[in-house]
Amino acid sequence: MSNARAAILARLRAAPKGTVPDLPYWMPPVFADRLDRFRIMLEAVHGEVHVIAADQWRQHLRLILSSKNVGRVMAPPDLAVDWPDIVAYDRPVEELKDQLVDGIDAAITNACGAIAETGTVVLRPDADQPRLMSLLPPIHMVLLKLSDIADNMAGLMAAQDWAGTMPTNLLLISGPSKTADIEQTLAYGVHGPKELIVLVLQ
Amino acid sequence: MKSDFSSRAHDALNNPQLRRNFRRAMDGLMSKRAVQFADQDDWAALRARGAAIKARALARLPDLLEEFERKATANGIVVHWAETTADANSIVLDILTAHGAKRVIKGKSMVSEEMHLNAHLEAHGITAVESDLGEYIIQLAGEAPSHIVMPCIHKNKGEIAQLFTDNIAGQPYTEDVDALTAAARKVLRREFANADAGLSGANFLVAETGSLVLIENEGNGRLSTTLPPLHIAVTGIEKLVEKLDDVAPLLALLPRSATGQPITTYVNMITSPRKEGEKDGPRQVHLVLLDNGRSRVYADLQLRDTLRCIRCGACMNHCPVYARVGGHTYGSVYPGPIGKILTPQLAGLDCAGDLPHASTLCNACVEVCPVQIPIADILVRLRTEAAQPSHAPGVKGAGSNTSMVENAVWKGWQAMNSSPAAYAAATRSLAVIGNLIPAAAPLLKQWTSVRSKPKFAGRTLHQLARDKGYENE
Repeated sequence: MSNARAAILARLRAAPKGTVPDLPYWMPPVFADRLDRFRIMLEAVHGEVHVIAADQWRQHLRLILSSKNVGRVMAPPDLAVDWPDIVAYDRPVEELKDQLVDGIDAAITNACGAIAETGTVVLRPDADQPRLMSLLPPIHMVLLKLSDIADNMAGLMAAQDWAGTMPTNLLLISGPSKTADIEQTLAYGVHGPKELIVLVLQ
Repeated sequence: MKSDFSSRAHDALNNPQLRRNFRRAMDGLMSKRAVQFADQDDWAALRARGAAIKARALARLPDLLEEFERKATANGIVVHWAETTADANSIVLDILTAHGAKRVIKGKSMVSEEMHLNAHLEAHGITAVESDLGEYIIQLAGEAPSHIVMPCIHKNKGEIAQLFTDNIAGQPYTEDVDALTAAARKVLRREFANADAGLSGANFLVAETGSLVLIENEGNGRLSTTLPPLHIAVTGIEKLVEKLDDVAPLLALLPRSATGQPITTYVNMITSPRKEGEKDGPRQVHLVLLDNGRSRVYADLQLRDTLRCIRCGACMNHCPVYARVGGHTYGSVYPGPIGKILTPQLAGLDCAGDLPHASTLCNACVEVCPVQIPIADILVRLRTEAAQPSHAPGVKGAGSNTSMVENAVWKGWQAMNSSPAAYAAATRSLAVIGNLIPAAAPLLKQWTSVRSKPKFAGRTLHQLARDKGYENE
């Protein structure tokens, strides 16, 4: 269809040149207490936020998993999560599909950043923490460093040079999966996790 | 296909259930949006930024398309170009056939609706299953979306409960929304796992990085673009933005305008297929760029503003016409105010020339549009174009609604109002014989069919003024 490409571009180039307007001033909001804003916004969309000391997250994680009657947990080996029934995402999805789709109760991943304004965690899935970990199991737990919470998306994009370092998939997650397609009534876990639990490590 | 808005509107207005469903939904969406933009100064600054970003991208559209293609191709995404929906359908079918794909899982995509892609695939033996809950429901019902963001907004839970009982094996009748949602999750999980390919749209294409940006709440968009071995995205050529930075303010506008959410649950930025060593994600990603009349719209500087649209649906949520007649009445893929300007331009005024008239020009849509599309001005422009042959290349079917009688009436009106003598003669004679003209008289009949014929005063305003002692200037 290279003819289509040439024809479309030719028509667009033949059109009159419009003026290119200047970008008007816009400043995204900043917050005196970023953690407070992050927590308020994420809890408002049914997310859970736990703030804990950085050296105690494994104990805390165990408590949460136990309280939710979780059986099988998926976690990357380097996190050294202490749990009796643990599996790693150590093979391509084609070999793990059945288990992933139906057999895992919770998954644990890192976040590379967060946005206070909207209560959002940012993930850069990679070979150790693949994309489906934050999507298929009904509970998604996220480890986030307190210092990684930014005021707003524009600021985080600039600070982490997203444009220069785009991975295969970059994800912004703000709460558990939800829908309001039936009479605008909120229901959680329609396709992705029913619960999003963020452990903020300080 | 000539559209017939008026007769469908008549049916819709006489359907109390439909009107209740829409009224309730629109009231909810409007109040949620209002909370998000409570600070008028912030709203003004943000939308000015959003409008400028889209206007700047359009001004440089051919360059940005080429830059995007270069970057995306370098990232491993295969970019296709389609002049028409038929071409786009063939491209998608060819890709699927080459992969031996028989089952396709779909994320929500209005461009795929514009293409009538599901029907095309079905005709070639490929099953396409909609996975957005609203789209899944209307697919079960064999209907089209009635809203671009909330496709099954016209249905209540009783209707949905019955659909599920009829179509999902072993599903008991329940109006419990959590139970209905869980039933759909179970059915669709299997579909995701067994799909040979995933299909999606895209909200933004970033030229700087060659990335696709997709937003959603359910996770079905992420599943469609991650779990199957093949991902095909279809979108319009107008979705380009220049920089990744541009995405932040647009994302601050789109979900808040659409559903009153600060942000959607998921913002999914896709820049390449699965790389060496990665364990999931599709092995191939294809993007089909659809023109289907957009480059013609682009050729007219006023009409070009139509292409700024980011498909939030705020215009329909606030439209007094849409709220009363619902989305299906428009008879087109894009309903509401944006549909009233987009559909006639894509399909032609000869096919959809009545849509620009389905408006009171109240300007509510213009006030809430996050990218400041002058919808009312474009509606008036399209009404004019329909009545007069146009020299503008951007208007398909211009002049298709010209009427010798109407032209003659306006000529007469112009002549009467340009000459004091003719004006005086006309008004005086109407004062005498006006009330004798029956409401069903030719020419008058169409106007009086929905209005009362006014009573003419016995004396004209000029005569009354003179009686009071005012002299003619």
